[in-house]
Amino acid sequence: MLVEEIMKTDVITLPPTATIYEALQLLQKHRIRHIPIVDEEQHIIGIVSDRDVRDASPSSFIKNSDHSELQNKIRSIMTHPVVTIHPLDFVEEIARIFYDEEFACLPVVRDNKLTGIVTEKDMLYKLIQLTGTHVQSSHIEVKVPHKPGILPEVASVFGKRKTNIVSVLVYPYNDDPSYKILVFRIQTMNPLPIVQDLRDAGYELMWPNNIPEPKL
Amino acid sequence: MTNIASFVYSDSFLNYRFNEEHPFNQQRVVMAKELLEESNTLSKQEIIAPRKATEVELALFHDSAYIEAVKKASNGKLEENEGIEYGLGTEDTPTFENMHEAASYLVGGTLTAIDTVLKGNSEHALNLGGGLHHGFKRKAAGFCIYNDGAVAIKYIRRKYNLRVLYIDTDAHHGDGVQWAFYDDPNVCTVSIHETGRYLFPGTGNVNERGIKEGHGYSFNFPIDAFTEDESFLQVYESAIREIAAYFKPDVILTQNGADAHCYDPLTHLCATMEIYEKIPLLAHEIAHEYCNGKWIALGGGGYDIWRVVPRAWAQIWNVMKSGEPQHGQIPESWLTKWQKEAPVKLPAFWHDDKSIVPNIPRKSDITEKNEKILINTLKYTKNNI
Repeated sequence: MLVEEIMKTDVITLPPTATIYEALQLLQKHRIRHIPIVDEEQHIIGIVSDRDVRDASPSSFIKNSDHSELQNKIRSIMTHPVVTIHPLDFVEEIARIFYDEEFACLPVVRDNKLTGIVTEKDMLYKLIQLTGTHVQSSHIEVKVPHKPGILPEVASVFGKRKTNIVSVLVYPYNDDPSYKILVFRIQTMNPLPIVQDLRDAGYELMWPNNIPEPKL
Repeated sequence: MTNIASFVYSDSFLNYRFNEEHPFNQQRVVMAKELLEESNTLSKQEIIAPRKATEVELALFHDSAYIEAVKKASNGKLEENEGIEYGLGTEDTPTFENMHEAASYLVGGTLTAIDTVLKGNSEHALNLGGGLHHGFKRKAAGFCIYNDGAVAIKYIRRKYNLRVLYIDTDAHHGDGVQWAFYDDPNVCTVSIHETGRYLFPGTGNVNERGIKEGHGYSFNFPIDAFTEDESFLQVYESAIREIAAYFKPDVILTQNGADAHCYDPLTHLCATMEIYEKIPLLAHEIAHEYCNGKWIALGGGGYDIWRVVPRAWAQIWNVMKSGEPQHGQIPESWLTKWQKEAPVKLPAFWHDDKSIVPNIPRKSDITEKNEKILINTLKYTKNNI
């Protein structure tokens, strides 16, 4: 998946000459946490986060502050140079940047110009979609030997029952490299016939399973 | 007022049948009705016939293009690829002859129940043929063609202009009804269901609160798989009392799916008949406290049609009529008749022995998690927004 598929293109920006006060207003009004600072040609020259702005604001314990600090130019507190990404970067790779660098936001630049923005929140939203719970569906987890051809074998069971698969995830099975867990969300309210087919075919189901213990 | 309660029924409900293997089976309604008749708690003059909902009424909620598609499918004229867009012809909602008529009678039954109560002919009314809460504006889903609950609430809003509290205790999230009134502050939807993490449809999270004007009028309690009576009832009773006090409804519509029972094959909750005695008891109490008794109850899911649904649904009627569920033995005549057809041993008593519940190793964790969900979801009743 590419950055251009998940980036937001209507980016809220400020010129370097704007005041910190203006930045504070924008952060609150749009409920955002980052503002790229750009010049007239949309070149990124810095970025400010809500934390930068807060650090520059007087403490809420200080009474009678005249808030004159907030009249300073935004360029005085912005971070630069800025780590940016390209629309054709892979989402999986920028996830790595988020994790390693502990940023929460990456501006997207093409031709030296700001064209979009991706936040950690956008990534998480994509993850929610990948797990498929936004579409009416039921959850099935199958433990399978880690061997070639196993995924189509399992998936054919759903095909035979004319049931659409909304999402598929492959997880490791604890620390055992010889098994994988396949997680499907399938578009049906009645997974029973499929569950029966899977059991008849000899697959071990992690869900639905028979968790209850035997009676004492 | 002629009756305390009215029971909507006609054999036309049985025509809502997808195919022989399909788990949604309206024979449940017949079994519940006969159980009441054999117990001498339901008499002929309390039964009223459903009318057929008109297309204009269906269009209060459904898209006319969708209604047309259902009608076409009804005559066998809908092509397979045409149906996909509308969720018709899937394993969950296969097409069948006269499906439009069959589904229209279920909706009409709910409208009949509504009119009976709101015109003052009876305090309460029960339509066990209804409660098809997964139906969408232009899509069939989860065994539901037309969403009678959503149509009925639109009808109440349009015709009677009352504030409606919708309480859905089906083990599946009441998504169709929730989305239908997601931006409406005059309709408060409450759904208690098994978490969508595993179960269909997947939605029904605590953070689904409603949007725009309707923000704060959608409540979801996604309880954990393997939840038992005690924790279920703790969530249900606290939630309903608090939400009713916050919303102060004019009328209550309940969807009484009976699939949270430990015998139910489609879900993973572990309740017994105890919840099906207490659910209608509290709905009844709240209806009298806030709505002058105006309470309409619907059926819904329920896939152990032998051991669970007839008793669970009959108790709604018992509570409507006498304020109390029945106790003791199930009438011998009913058992004799239905045992011949049942693949399992029918229960001899109204209540369940707790020994039917399997041993759940993580019971205390489940209870704790459900308590957190309860507190979280109820935050919005404290704000007076």
